[in-house]
Amino acid sequence: MKNGRDPVIVGLADAPIEGGKFVTKASVLGHAALVAKAAVEEAGLTLDDVDGLLTAGMWGVPGPGQLATVTLGEYLGIMPTYVDGTNIGGSAFEAHVAHAAMALREGYCEVALIVYSSDQKSLRSRNLGGRPSVLSMQHETPYGMPTPVGGYAMAAQRHMHEYGTTSENLAEIAVATRKWAQLNPAATRRDPLTVDDVMSSTMISEPLHLLDCCLVTDGAGAIVMTTAERAKDLRTKPVAVKGYGEAHTHWAIAEMPDLARLLPAQKAGETAMKMAGVSPSDIDVVEVYDSFTITVLLTLEALGFCKIGEGGDFVSGQRTAPGGAFPMNTNGGGLSALHPGMYGIFLLIEATRQLRGVCGDRQVAGAETALVHGTGGTLSSGATVILQKD
Amino acid sequence: MSTEQPLPVIDHDSAPYWQAAHEGRLDIPLCGDCGKHHFYPRAICPHCHSDNLNFDTVSGRGEVHTFTIARRPAGPAFADDVPYVVALIELEEGPRMMSRIQTDDPEKVHIGAKVEVTFVKASDEITFPYFTMT
Ligand SMILES: [Zn+2]
Repeated sequence: MKNGRDPVIVGLADAPIEGGKFVTKASVLGHAALVAKAAVEEAGLTLDDVDGLLTAGMWGVPGPGQLATVTLGEYLGIMPTYVDGTNIGGSAFEAHVAHAAMALREGYCEVALIVYSSDQKSLRSRNLGGRPSVLSMQHETPYGMPTPVGGYAMAAQRHMHEYGTTSENLAEIAVATRKWAQLNPAATRRDPLTVDDVMSSTMISEPLHLLDCCLVTDGAGAIVMTTAERAKDLRTKPVAVKGYGEAHTHWAIAEMPDLARLLPAQKAGETAMKMAGVSPSDIDVVEVYDSFTITVLLTLEALGFCKIGEGGDFVSGQRTAPGGAFPMNTNGGGLSALHPGMYGIFLLIEATRQLRGVCGDRQVAGAETALVHGTGGTLSSGATVILQKD
Repeated sequence: MSTEQPLPVIDHDSAPYWQAAHEGRLDIPLCGDCGKHHFYPRAICPHCHSDNLNFDTVSGRGEVHTFTIARRPAGPAFADDVPYVVALIELEEGPRMMSRIQTDDPEKVHIGAKVEVTFVKASDEITFPYFTMT
C-alpha cells in the first residue's frame, strides 16, 4: 500500500541552549529562522523549496504573533501556499504533522516546514499570574487558580483518590526521565535525582512538588516533511509518518469530563494506532508530553500501555528509565531536558532521531516504531503521531 | 483578600449569574428541553444544544470533587492568601464549578467533603460564591 505521496520527515533542527537559555544572540523569530534554515539544509533543501508553513507560539501577543504563520513567513521571506497556525497548546506540533501529512497526500504542498521558538527563559516572560478573567476564565482566574499547575494538581488528586496512586509513583517518572537526561549532553538538568529528592522538593500546588513540574527554558525546533517520492533525492534517510490523531475536550479545568482520565489521548491514540495498523505492544520507543509527572501517568493509561488506574504500578521500579522495559522520554523530556512553553515539537525531534539511530549513549537498540503524544492546555488537547523507520 | 484580586469581566452570558450572586443566590442555567443544569452559563445547553434556557436558583450544596492547596500564589494578588484551597465543587444539581474552600485548616479538605455556598463581597458589583465544609 505504499504510495509516492506518503508523508515522511526529512529534516530536523533544534537550537543549542545552555543553562536553559539560547546560546546564539537572536530574537525569538531569529531563532525560528535559524532552526528552519538548518532543518531544510539538513535535508538538502532550501527555504525557497518550502511551500507549506506550520507554526504555533506564544510570542508577539497581542501584536504580530496573532497572525503567527503570516509574521513568520514574512520574516523568512517566503510565500507559503499552505499554512496552518493551529494552536491547541503544546500538542500543536503533533497536530501540525497530521495536517501537513494530509496536505502532502492531497498534493496541496510539497515541502512542509513546522517551526517553534520561545525565549521565555531569557525574557523572564513566563506569566503564571493567571489568564485574563474573561469568558470561561472569569469563572477560574478570580479564585487564584495556579495556572497551569493547579489543574494538573487537581487531576493528580483525583487519580490518587480513585486509584490509590501515590506521590512516590509520580516521583518515579521524574527520576527515570532524569536518568535519560544524564545520557543526553544537550539536556539542561543532568545532576543525579532520587525519589526522595522529588518528594522532599517544595510543594507547589498539592499534591505536585517542584520536581513534578517541567523546566522553564528557551528553545527552538524545526521539522521538515515531504513525500516519500521527493525524499528519494534528499540527503537524509526519511522517517515515515504512519498514523495520526487529535482531540480536545476543555480548557477550563472544571469542564474536564473526567479528571482521572485523559480522553483526548485515548481518542487521538486510538485513531493514530488504527491508521498505522499498530497496537501499544508494537511500539519500541515512546515520547509523551511531560509537563508534569501526572501528565505522563494519565497519558500512558489513556494510550493503552496499561489499564486505567494502573499507571502508578506501571511506572514503578524505574520501568521507563534507561535499561528499563519501557524506553520513554529518551532525551530527558520536559522535566529534565528543556521545556520552552510549548514542548511538543521536541518530542517529534527526539522520536525521529531515535528512528534514525543517531542518539549515541541514549539510543534505544532496534527502535523501528515510535509513538509521540503531545498534551496541551490544561490536559485539554491531545495529538498522537506514529513514526516508523522506512 | 488582596484588593488586587482579578475580577470577572461580566458578559451577557454571565450577567444573571453574577447579579444573583451579588444578591446572595446561586443561579445557574437550567435547560427547558433536557432538564439538565449546566455551568458556566452559556447561550446554548452543552448537553443537548437547546437554547431554551432559564436561570434557576440551586441549593448551594455539593461536595468537593477535587482540589489543590496552593502553596505558591497564582500571582501577587493572592500572595497573602497562601496556603489556600481551590476546588472543583460538584453541585447537588450536577454541574461542577471552581471556587475556593474557606477554611482555617486546608489539610482538612478532602475529596467527597460536603460543602455549602457562602457569599463574599469583593466589590460594588462582584460577590463571589465561595464554599465552606459542613
Ligand atoms: Zn439541554
